[in-house]
Amino acid sequence: MEKRFWNEYQKEIADDHFFYERSCIRQTFFPGSEAAFLRILRNELGKDICDNPHQHTCTGIGYHSDVVPFETTMTVVARLFSLMTECGYENYVPSCVTSFGVFSEVIEKWENNPKLLEQARQYLWEATKREFNIPKNIVHPSDVIYKFRFDLKPKMKYQLVNRFTGKPLRVVEHIGCHYAKIFPERGIGKAEFPYVLAGMIEAWGGEVIDYPERRHCCGFGFRQYLVQENRGYSIANTKKKFQSMEPYEPDFILTNCPGCNMFLDKWQYTIAEMEHKTYDKEGYGIPVLTYEELAGLLLGYDPWKLGFQLHQVQSEPLFNKIGIAYNPDEKYKGISGRLLPRPARPECLRQD
Amino acid sequence: MGNLVDYLNQDVRAEEALKACMNCGMCTAVCPAAEFYDYDPRRICDTVQRGNENEIEALLKSDTIWYCGQCMSCKTRCPRGNVPGELINVLRKASQELGYFAESEKGLQQKQLMGSIEKNILEIGYCVHPDRVDPDYHPEQGPIWEWYREHIEEIAPKLGANYHGDGAGALRKISEEDLNEVRRIFEVTGGMDLKKKVEEA
Repeated sequence: MEKRFWNEYQKEIADDHFFYERSCIRQTFFPGSEAAFLRILRNELGKDICDNPHQHTCTGIGYHSDVVPFETTMTVVARLFSLMTECGYENYVPSCVTSFGVFSEVIEKWENNPKLLEQARQYLWEATKREFNIPKNIVHPSDVIYKFRFDLKPKMKYQLVNRFTGKPLRVVEHIGCHYAKIFPERGIGKAEFPYVLAGMIEAWGGEVIDYPERRHCCGFGFRQYLVQENRGYSIANTKKKFQSMEPYEPDFILTNCPGCNMFLDKWQYTIAEMEHKTYDKEGYGIPVLTYEELAGLLLGYDPWKLGFQLHQVQSEPLFNKIGIAYNPDEKYKGISGRLLPRPARPECLRQD
Repeated sequence: MGNLVDYLNQDVRAEEALKACMNCGMCTAVCPAAEFYDYDPRRICDTVQRGNENEIEALLKSDTIWYCGQCMSCKTRCPRGNVPGELINVLRKASQELGYFAESEKGLQQKQLMGSIEKNILEIGYCVHPDRVDPDYHPEQGPIWEWYREHIEEIAPKLGANYHGDGAGALRKISEEDLNEVRRIFEVTGGMDLKKKVEEA
């Protein structure tokens, strides 16, 4: 009975031949995560995934900031689908959770209103002389990693276990609101029991922390962050989450949304500098990892090629707990091998 | 302005956003904006549903409609299948088209957003790009961000990015040919008209 109940919370995830769409925020703040996703799919799992050079923003941040009309976003989405169609793919994988929500919204509206779909086709033709097919399968890259989590496990060099205590690492997972709150049926576990990240954590040896504000928004709020005067909204929401998770002493936070990852990382720095407060005991802050970084790290990829040095909350204490081999001398080297000047140290957030 | 209710209903999202609200307040209970601002999505749904023209016009001219953070938690929770966050999209679009947004402090911020996010889309094909995240405007990004920006040509390729490069990859330069298609879409679908209305208001 329990098993049948859980089946209602599954979704179809294609097995191979994906069309990848990059995320504005992921590329900006954590480009190493997108590179890791492609490397994992191609090299570890032997999958085919297309990285098309003609793609562009889906306009999602502009759409939810209300500077881009729905009709415009819908037609930009149609152009992206035309690129997929042109390359012969049917399985669309957008890197960004906001994009995932936008694509889901557009497709649902087309399904409910065939005239709107016809209008999108006319707009796209008038603007670009392009045509498109609607993807057969749209999933977020975190869904793909979730699907193959047990295939990746035997290839992993490390597990989510504290090597000093032998106990599972305790992990907070944060899922972007637009992954399953808008269209619950499109998320693994729907909005009530989202399992996409929890499934990875448990499969790879860790323990998921449940805490009161687990499902609260990270606080991005689009215009509430993008306009400087409004940022109190954003940091207040993040602070609420940290206050709620603090008693559970997480070893790290795992996210599937590019924006959430950046906010949960950078607002910890800001709160530390403003209030001399961190939410771990030692004053380093709680590391915030993308699911691509976590998978890459456990597979033994070089953390400095994954981009861990771009997080304001540094991850070396976590590496030491897991036993990750890393070379600290490589952290601040560039592509040329030249040692770059070190970044300035925060005043309050601790770094070694 | 004539009939504002009819005007709002011209938006393709209006019907789905507000079907029938029973004023239970579930949306307000779960709303992050309602915790932070003097904001109550239940009242907004009620105002629009009652259809009083003067009240709707006042709403379109107020700060209130600009408080929503678009997390869409309200959609998950509404027992009647309404989407208050989407109703906000409908109201914000109308407020900009009618020039009402310029009568509120929060509404006027749309000019800033047109000058940043929309400008980025039309000029470089990204909503957000490291070249356009200025550390002076984003002190919360911390010293790591300043360091990354200063040395991005050394660091981005190490992370597999194709910063300003031709072809595929993260942070690639989007070609003029592709950008022109995006710009043309904005022209054909009303994106440019909205931009002009906000800039000129």
